[in-house]
Amino acid sequence: MRYVTVFILSLIFWLLLTFKITVPNIIVGSVASLICALIFTRFFIHNIYKLIQPHRYFWFLIYLVVFIWECIKANFDVAYRVLHPAMPIRPGIVKVKTTLKSELARTLLANSITMTPGTISVDIIGDYLYIHWIYVRSEDPEVYTSMITGAFEKYIKKIIE
Amino acid sequence: MSEYLNILLYIQIGLSGICLYRIIRGPTIPDRMVGIDIFGILVVGICAIISIQTERSFILDIGIAWIILSFIGTLTLAKYLTGKKLNE
Amino acid sequence: MNNMISLIFITIGILFNLLGCIGIIRLPDTYNRLQAATKCVTLGCCSILIGVCFHFGFSDAGVKALVAIPILFFTSTVAAHALIRGTYHFGIKLGKKSVKDDYKDAVK
Repeated sequence: MRYVTVFILSLIFWLLLTFKITVPNIIVGSVASLICALIFTRFFIHNIYKLIQPHRYFWFLIYLVVFIWECIKANFDVAYRVLHPAMPIRPGIVKVKTTLKSELARTLLANSITMTPGTISVDIIGDYLYIHWIYVRSEDPEVYTSMITGAFEKYIKKIIE
Repeated sequence: MSEYLNILLYIQIGLSGICLYRIIRGPTIPDRMVGIDIFGILVVGICAIISIQTERSFILDIGIAWIILSFIGTLTLAKYLTGKKLNE
Repeated sequence: MNNMISLIFITIGILFNLLGCIGIIRLPDTYNRLQAATKCVTLGCCSILIGVCFHFGFSDAGVKALVAIPILFFTSTVAAHALIRGTYHFGIKLGKKSVKDDYKDAVK
């Protein structure tokens, strides 16, 4: 069943990329999708019935809006630090605990942290994320954990887990 | 209109020249690799602007292939930096 | 009308790219350069691709530009993450202004 899901998703992706529906195109796409399904299904999510639950897509839309807003804020933050004559930077690597369990959720959280203002994720060891921060605003672990992961963790938990 | 697009294209090519400066002058090896990574992303922007100028869609295909190849190249260089084999 | 919107998006994207390239020149050490450059250049190129999508409308080129945006996001963030981890393991120290380094204990 998981193989069929991966096959259909890759065929849809192929049709979007080529954007023309003819018989030779669909045959080539089917062969390529079959190879993809055989190789990459072991990296796909295990419970495929999560894909057909509509409330996850609703939370995904809200997450997308929050994410784009944080992205734009991040760019103006970088602009302020780069164009300021004295360059107000105070970098450091901090350690943040995450409550997410699955691999996909952690990947999504690390990618979101990379695009938000001033932070970039370095590594995950156990339950801890290591984050490089361009301006360390506080020394207290509780405060900076809620500053960094607070905006995204609740949405990602509702989308994936 | 098309002259304005030309000016934008030249600005974008000049920005990739700034990345070349970082690749040539970078004091350490990771600095050069940052330059290569950013250069790969800027080329996608150049491809997109050229696809508007010539009204052809296959140049966007070149852009997508360039993203993926530059991604694989950067991952390989990063693995070289950590000193591990590719399958770890 | 669509041409005007696409030109506005492309101009915004090139301004963001310009900020990223200024960051790559001005900032003092590798970590901060990677930080500024990845954010600005990724969002700038995404903005250019949205402009291309507005220019072509719903045709093959427009859909290709839309499909390229998520690919660009995921590849650039993962590449930045791999690169900054490689830089740390290679032995480059954090810059002089740094105040905190929790990762040192975890690596050893």
